[in-house]
Amino acid sequence: MAIEVRVPTILRTYTGGEKAVTAQGGTLAQLIDDVDASNPGVKERLVDESGIRRFINVYVNDEDVRFTGGLDTAVADGDTVVILPAVAGG
Amino acid sequence: MRHDTLLDSVGDTPLVGLPRLSPSPDVRLWAKLEDRNPTGSVKDRVALAMVQRAEKEGRLRPGCTLLEPTSGNTGISLAMVAKLRGYRLVCVLPENTSEERRQLLRMWGAEIVSTPAAGGSNEAVRIAKQIGAEHPDWVMLYQYGNPANADAHREGTGPELLADLPEITHVVAGLGTTGTLMGLGQFFREHKPEVRIVAAEPRYGELVYGLRNLDEGFVPELYDDSLIDARFSVGSRDAVRRVRELLDSEGIFAGLSTGAILHAALAQAARAVEAKQRADIAFVVADGGWKYLSTGAYEGTVEDAEERLEGQLWA
Repeated sequence: MAIEVRVPTILRTYTGGEKAVTAQGGTLAQLIDDVDASNPGVKERLVDESGIRRFINVYVNDEDVRFTGGLDTAVADGDTVVILPAVAGG
Repeated sequence: MRHDTLLDSVGDTPLVGLPRLSPSPDVRLWAKLEDRNPTGSVKDRVALAMVQRAEKEGRLRPGCTLLEPTSGNTGISLAMVAKLRGYRLVCVLPENTSEERRQLLRMWGAEIVSTPAAGGSNEAVRIAKQIGAEHPDWVMLYQYGNPANADAHREGTGPELLADLPEITHVVAGLGTTGTLMGLGQFFREHKPEVRIVAAEPRYGELVYGLRNLDEGFVPELYDDSLIDARFSVGSRDAVRRVRELLDSEGIFAGLSTGAILHAALAQAARAVEAKQRADIAFVVADGGWKYLSTGAYEGTVEDAEERLEGQLWA
């Protein structure tokens, strides 16, 4: 088993066009490092020195990680991680 | 209940219990029926509050033109308020919104500028700002950054919820402009800080996230994440499933964003049951289902409905 990471259209240039990749890790930070190891450049687009970039939202099993510990959020086999750009509603 | 004018009837909506969807007598769900406002959505509170504030500040005079980026409900509410107060309204609307919303906007007298489906409301915001720059005499109330949007809920929705349900433990609402949750967050942080403020955000199809680059993402100026405690992303499949469940088990015919909100509310209820804690969870029914009938979301299989909603701004 592994963790599925769904990648938005604008980041698929880094994943060879793949909509989703699988990776390993115990925390979101480790998971992103693992994704970046096989898809170099992804991490830089997701994370800056302050954490997850302002216009990026990351969800573990549909919950926004900014409210569950940010990059320290625990992840486990079978989890689904979704990365999306921030959009407006209303 | 008697009111002098339609605008005076905005707010003071019913809060109804949901005995069939509530998991136990200790963990109860309550629906705040915002579809009972004049145009049938929670946005009547926001439109009225923003116009009243602008009039008070002298930014709006009779005959003024209003300009607003909106995926629908705020535009419809503004159109109603603008008609009654004597303003012209130009709405900037993404093209992938339901036909009913366009008809309603035209009925209440609004003019519509359509923006491309790709990019969703982000693109509508961007183009509205351009149009605003070309027409400096037009007034953009700008729901995404107007504090009156949040104040409508801090001064209206929040106090109403606490008065009707003093034992409230959770509030769940939709996250779009963030105004509902910011206002509710401000109110409860001050008056009952232990109440958990939970956001349900619609997750659309890929087309809507088709930005050219990540710097074109958009976070409303009103948004302050310290005012909420959890935020859930809900896809169209769960939203459709829940909105049908709400109709089947409690008889409430709500719009699709309410399905997403109910999904997050039920998750909070399940956590309370698991933790053996008492909970009174109120959630906002943002609008009724009428405007979404043409999407086919209420008929056929959930899979078919999900497919029909792909690429649409369904919330």
